[in-house]
Amino acid sequence: MSPIQIIFILVSAITLGSALMVVTTRNMVRAALWLVLSLFGIAIHFVLLEVGFFAVAQVIIYIGAIAILMIFAIMLTRRIAQDPGPQTNSTWPIAAILALGIFGLIVFLVQGWEKAAIQPSPFPAGYDPLRELGVALVSANQYLIPFEIASILLLAALIGAIIIAWDKK
Amino acid sequence: MTTETLIWLIPLPPLLAFFLIVLFTNRYRGLSHTIAIAAAFLSWLGSMIVFIRALQVHELGKHPFQSSIPWLPLGEGWFSIGVLIDPLGAATLFFVAWTILMIFIYSVGYHNYGQPEGDHDRKGLPPHGATVMDEHGHKHKVPSIEPMYSRFFAFIGLFAFGMYLLVVSDNLLTLFVGWEIMGLCSYLLIGFWYGKPSARAAMIKAFITTRVGDVFMLLGIAYLYSQTGTLNYRAILYNPEVLETLANTPSYIAGLSAAALIGILLFIGTVGKSAQFPLHVWLPDAMEGPTPVSAMIHAATMVSAGVYMVIRIFPLLSAGSGHGALTAPMIVMTVIGAGTALFAATIAVAQNDIKRVLAYSTISQLGYMVAALGIGAYIAAAFHLITHAFFKALLFLGSGSVIHGMEHGVLHTDDHVDPQDMMNMGGLRKKMPVTFWTFLIGGFALSGFPLVTAGFWSKDEILADAFGHAHYGVFITLALAALLTAFYTMRQITLTFLGEPRSKAAEHAQETPWTMTVPLIILAVFAVSAGWVGIPEHFPVIGGIVPNWFHEFVGETLLEKPKGVEFNPIPLLTSIIVALGGLYVGWLVYRNHKAGETDPLEGALGAFYPVLKNKYYFDELYQLIFIRPSVWISEVFTYLWIDRKLIDGILHVIADVSIKIGAFLRNFIDKPVVNGSGDMVANVTKSTGHSLRVIQTGRIQQYMVMALFGFIALSGLFYLIIQRMGIQ
Amino acid sequence: MVPLSWYLIFAAALFSIGLYGVLSRKNAVAILMGVELMLNAVNVNLLAFWRYLTFDKMAGQVFAVIVFAVAASEVAVGLALVISVYRRRQSIVADEINLLKY
Repeated sequence: MSPIQIIFILVSAITLGSALMVVTTRNMVRAALWLVLSLFGIAIHFVLLEVGFFAVAQVIIYIGAIAILMIFAIMLTRRIAQDPGPQTNSTWPIAAILALGIFGLIVFLVQGWEKAAIQPSPFPAGYDPLRELGVALVSANQYLIPFEIASILLLAALIGAIIIAWDKK
Repeated sequence: MTTETLIWLIPLPPLLAFFLIVLFTNRYRGLSHTIAIAAAFLSWLGSMIVFIRALQVHELGKHPFQSSIPWLPLGEGWFSIGVLIDPLGAATLFFVAWTILMIFIYSVGYHNYGQPEGDHDRKGLPPHGATVMDEHGHKHKVPSIEPMYSRFFAFIGLFAFGMYLLVVSDNLLTLFVGWEIMGLCSYLLIGFWYGKPSARAAMIKAFITTRVGDVFMLLGIAYLYSQTGTLNYRAILYNPEVLETLANTPSYIAGLSAAALIGILLFIGTVGKSAQFPLHVWLPDAMEGPTPVSAMIHAATMVSAGVYMVIRIFPLLSAGSGHGALTAPMIVMTVIGAGTALFAATIAVAQNDIKRVLAYSTISQLGYMVAALGIGAYIAAAFHLITHAFFKALLFLGSGSVIHGMEHGVLHTDDHVDPQDMMNMGGLRKKMPVTFWTFLIGGFALSGFPLVTAGFWSKDEILADAFGHAHYGVFITLALAALLTAFYTMRQITLTFLGEPRSKAAEHAQETPWTMTVPLIILAVFAVSAGWVGIPEHFPVIGGIVPNWFHEFVGETLLEKPKGVEFNPIPLLTSIIVALGGLYVGWLVYRNHKAGETDPLEGALGAFYPVLKNKYYFDELYQLIFIRPSVWISEVFTYLWIDRKLIDGILHVIADVSIKIGAFLRNFIDKPVVNGSGDMVANVTKSTGHSLRVIQTGRIQQYMVMALFGFIALSGLFYLIIQRMGIQ
Repeated sequence: MVPLSWYLIFAAALFSIGLYGVLSRKNAVAILMGVELMLNAVNVNLLAFWRYLTFDKMAGQVFAVIVFAVAASEVAVGLALVISVYRRRQSIVADEINLLKY
């Protein structure tokens, strides 16, 4: 086993473990903190995939913005957050079976796929994926329009969130 | 303006007046009568101009004024309408124009123009009088104005239009149009006071009775058209070939030629219109209308129209007669005419209503004309038509004046007597001098007072013709009728004007206003002078002083100018004797008649008097023969048996069957099959929805679970399909 | 290096854990957290495929960027909804928010 593989396994274990804690812990504040850990693990995975930009974006957007936003929401709904009762609904066994079923299905499909075991080829000399991504996002013949639509989506979400949460009294 | 154009325009002013009054000026009485009289005056003026121009034309009979325009497109060409004024038309136009204008003016006074509104007058009833206060505070009852004043002038305007149209027409169809317009107007005018049940009955009676004649007349017109292809007078009556053909064509009825059948059919129209036996019954009842209407109907227009028509078609009636012999229609006319003349005169003797006497007198005189035409005395008939129109209009207007004066007396004294009953009159000579003298002239003209009056000359000519052509039966009948005529005329004059008043109302009768007396005076002038134009040339002493202008003029209308009869003293003496004798006897019998006494005739005639009084029971007879069976057929046979039992029965059976079929369809098809399947669809949908709704929990996570199951199932399906089809 | 299948299996596990959280948690904020885990799993998948199969094309990375934007939007709107619901009903339990029940 190469060191990279060892690192992968360790990071994966931490990520999945904290993810499990996210969906099982009763205390919502703790769940949010476990979520932060899990997201960190994924950022490391991005580093392993040689997309450092996404790792940085993961930390800034998910951990710096989304997770903090969730903690805010939890704080605002504090009374519920400290609810001592069970935090799962009555149909959780079905949910568990479904989740396991889908996991099994994917594993089954991955097992039967001939490309499953391929290794990544190294980048050619002088190839900068981040640069290519930047060019692609602003080129009219590539992904300019989806990029702009995404920006409009964000704007709409911003306005929508304000209007929905507006205290009309 | 050419004469032809003028003739076209003559009938139009009264029609225009009718529409103006009906549409615009109905509320304004003075304006309405001004319009109506102006229209009548314009027509009169046009008629006089045409008449004078017609006199100036040499041989008018051969070159009449005529013009026509195509009117109705037919399969093989056009039906033309047009105007024609030949000597007969000109003479007719003359008397029609005068009488109509006089009647229009007279109506103003008769309907109490200028008098106050009645206290409780209602539309559809004669005015009942109004109460006014004089300067001393005394209350008086005076006549009140007719409530439907304008309406009356509108109607007589339309009536005048019909008459002018009939006179100027150059074909039988337009004549028939005018004829029917007058029929309508007579219906409206007889029932003018429609609030009275008797007036309503009379209007219907007049309309239905004349309709009987009109149907036959229309048949005759249609038959004539089918035989000749035209209805133009000149094309038929002045065309010997056409007449010859018609006379030689056998008709549908064995023994009669087409000409004879057409003649008889057309003559039946005259029987209805001119109230000849047996369709005479409507005319006396027509007295229910206002008096100017009676004069219009009896003198100037409707009844004259009937006689005018037969005079007009005389060449057709006499077609195929050869010389001297009478054709079938002429025989029919002679018998009916002479019979009617005598028969109506006998009834007139026993009537007490002043207008009714004149009504029967009119029937009698029209019979004279028809009989004269029947024996071929064409000119005498036309002559009597004209003179009779003048003096009968005069008499009717005079009687209206008498009634008017009596009504004044009735209102003044509050003595409720019948103002039309001659037994309540008497002594009016001093109260109403103008009316008396004019009525006397009219009465003498009607009786044929020798030498002076118009009636003498025309009646004498008829008698002379009858005697001259050796129709002695006709001669005797007509002479008898003339005797009776003189008798009942003098009876009327004596009872009305002479002697002492027999009621308080008669004592207080009053002369009528100038609008009524002036027409009387003018008509009285004509009642005398109209005879002078037709004095026979061979008459002793005065014959030839005035040329027999009428004979020359009207005679031209025919192709073959009729010859005047040779003078014979017997008919002359006869007519003088019957006229004077009748007048004298009438005066003698009634000069000392007192109020409440029975009629001297009642004693003299004995059992026959009630027969005359009740007009030979003709009304009762018609009631029995025609009206009762009609009523029985409509009420019992048609209504009860056919309608209620047969037709209703069939309908009920159909309805029952329909209901049964409907019930069957409903119970066995509609309810189980159609409703059942419909209900089933609804029930299945409902129960399905009911059982499926439990999955609608409102919990988002359960929805997601379900969606995921669906997703997995679909994914597996797609996977299998891809595997099976070998697509990678 | 790590085979592609390892990333795929890791992503699948993460996705399933997120799915379980979405389907079983009562708290609405916790459901949103599950959604975040699932979106991250998708991102891992996208970038892994890009790196192993088509690193010369930019589609994978671009989609990852757009997923980031969608995630940010979703969280913003979702949390706003949670706040709004809480304000009205004093509750953010998903099972209790069942106005659409039959």
